[in-house]
Amino acid sequence: MSEAHYTGDYPIVVEGLVNAFDGHVIHQDLSLKVRRGEILGVVGGSGSGKSVLMRSIIGLQHPAAGSIDVLGQPMTGNPASPDEIDVRSRWGVLFQGGALFSTLTVAENVEVPLREFYPEIDDTLRHEIARYKVMLSGLPPEAAAKFPSELSGGMRKRAGLARALALDPELLFLDEPTAGLDPIGAAAFDALTRALQDTLGLTVFLITHDLDTLYEICDRVAVLADKRVIAVGTIPELLQIDHPWIQEYFNGPRGRAADAARHRAKAMDNQPDRGA
Amino acid sequence: MRDRADFTIETDADGRAVLALSGNLLVSTAGWLDPQLRALEVPIQRIDISNAGEIDTVGAWIVWRLARDNGAAISGADEAATRLIAALKDAGGEGEIEPERLPTLRRVPAAVGDYVAALPASWIRLLDFLGALLISGWTIIRGRSPLRFKAVVRQLELVGVSALGIIGLMSFLVGIVIAQQGAVQLQDLGFGELTVNLTGRISFRELGILMTAIMVAGRSGSSFAAQIGTMKLTEEIDAMRTIGVSPMEALVIPRVLAAVLMMPLLGFYSAIIAVIGGAFISTLTLDIPFHAFLSRIQDVVPLHDVWVGLVKAPFFGFIIAVAGCYQGMQVKGNSEEVGLRTTVAVVQAIFAVIVLDAFFAVFFTEVGWG
Repeated sequence: MSEAHYTGDYPIVVEGLVNAFDGHVIHQDLSLKVRRGEILGVVGGSGSGKSVLMRSIIGLQHPAAGSIDVLGQPMTGNPASPDEIDVRSRWGVLFQGGALFSTLTVAENVEVPLREFYPEIDDTLRHEIARYKVMLSGLPPEAAAKFPSELSGGMRKRAGLARALALDPELLFLDEPTAGLDPIGAAAFDALTRALQDTLGLTVFLITHDLDTLYEICDRVAVLADKRVIAVGTIPELLQIDHPWIQEYFNGPRGRAADAARHRAKAMDNQPDRGA
Repeated sequence: MRDRADFTIETDADGRAVLALSGNLLVSTAGWLDPQLRALEVPIQRIDISNAGEIDTVGAWIVWRLARDNGAAISGADEAATRLIAALKDAGGEGEIEPERLPTLRRVPAAVGDYVAALPASWIRLLDFLGALLISGWTIIRGRSPLRFKAVVRQLELVGVSALGIIGLMSFLVGIVIAQQGAVQLQDLGFGELTVNLTGRISFRELGILMTAIMVAGRSGSSFAAQIGTMKLTEEIDAMRTIGVSPMEALVIPRVLAAVLMMPLLGFYSAIIAVIGGAFISTLTLDIPFHAFLSRIQDVVPLHDVWVGLVKAPFFGFIIAVAGCYQGMQVKGNSEEVGLRTTVAVVQAIFAVIVLDAFFAVFFTEVGWG
């Protein structure tokens, strides 16, 4: 490849995806396109197959039918193909529980993908990279030498993010990044995601239940229901759609609260002379 | 195959040393570029990246670090590069990233010292565990809390019934080996028919039980330790305690009971199969017919040999189950601990079983069951 970075419009293209476990159909003819440089929120009820969709895209789940292109490369589920190894070095994944290697320190966790894909990088530089990635993820420097079991849940998420960012990926997959965090921690994580997306020019595929996250940082939202993606768009666009799940989701008590909070925040911003 | 980044050093109009970088400054090109830049002897006053291609945080880090170390200015940075360098300025940190590791000469004595110092505490914890086990057992015997029948039955199935296949196969093969190897030696001496005595007595007294104990330790002792250890990690044990369910009664008692009940049965079964294995090979190579071999067994194996085996078995089962459950309950921290504790459980169980077996051997001979 002459270009180091993907320059097409849609780094992730899913078409006609079918997933089924023991005859139980999870996805039926699911299609989704993710635009370059956006944060796409993926929502859906529990069991609607959000995580399965992510696992299909990153090659952990072999779909029954359909095609998945990532960064212009068709993913065939062949782990040894050089093209797919190349694609794998250009994405980062944050699993729900962090999925840090428990016998390695945080910094060593960050070094694992670097060692694996770029063994020619010498120790000094790799340590430096690990150190600044840890700090970019909003962790204090002393966290680098700690083991995952010594960290709080929020710090573990950040450490997982540092590992996901280890290779300077173009694509970032986040599986419920704010689940289990307190509101302050969740808001901080949202801000961090947005800031990193701006700085690094990432395309983010974000699975979430968190309405605040959707309102705050997502450019578009994809709704999974009825075994497929029933709608993709900005939240105002989605609100126009007359589908019971979408209406209940965004107009339920929590949806309205998140919307109201956003309006309040905006109103505060628009009154600069109201300061204390 | 991978594109490369390169650099040149020039002197600009003001006589300052300028390092001009070209190519893509990415994580994929850093491996070659970084050591070259680090080895530079000349002081750099300006770093020009206007000819550089794409840049990511690793490239930005290399540029920024070089600028910091030389006190150099960075020029020609486009918007993306400026943004990345600005983000890294706050992130560049020193500090250790690995836990402190002592040099080997100090680490080994320290590890031995730690181990010895921890021994009394671990003995006390084991005593504590056995005490808690006795209390739970007594509570159940007195009817204060119910015995969990379903759990016991489930464990009986896991420890006993599902082990029948592998223990049978193993015993059959061991029986063949004893009979065949024994026959070769005994026939040289002219006592070929004593092969029956050898196979029968050693199977019932020693090998049937001992091999079964080793197999059960490997199969069930390890699974007790791993399962209970994982439950500790996932806080299931803590959840049980808060609900008022005693892990001792719910997890440990059924497993210990199952192992104690199943060991004699499995051991007896193993001995029988070993004798059948011996009979099988005798039919083929020793000209002792199958039925004759089996009926000779009844004559040459005294009944107390069977008792010797059966008396030992529950003790072995108890040791295996307690070692597994105790090590499982000691797990804390991470998944590596589960593996370590499982290993310790199996090793301790097999070791203790063999030591105890030696005591039993001497004891039974002394009381006249030789």
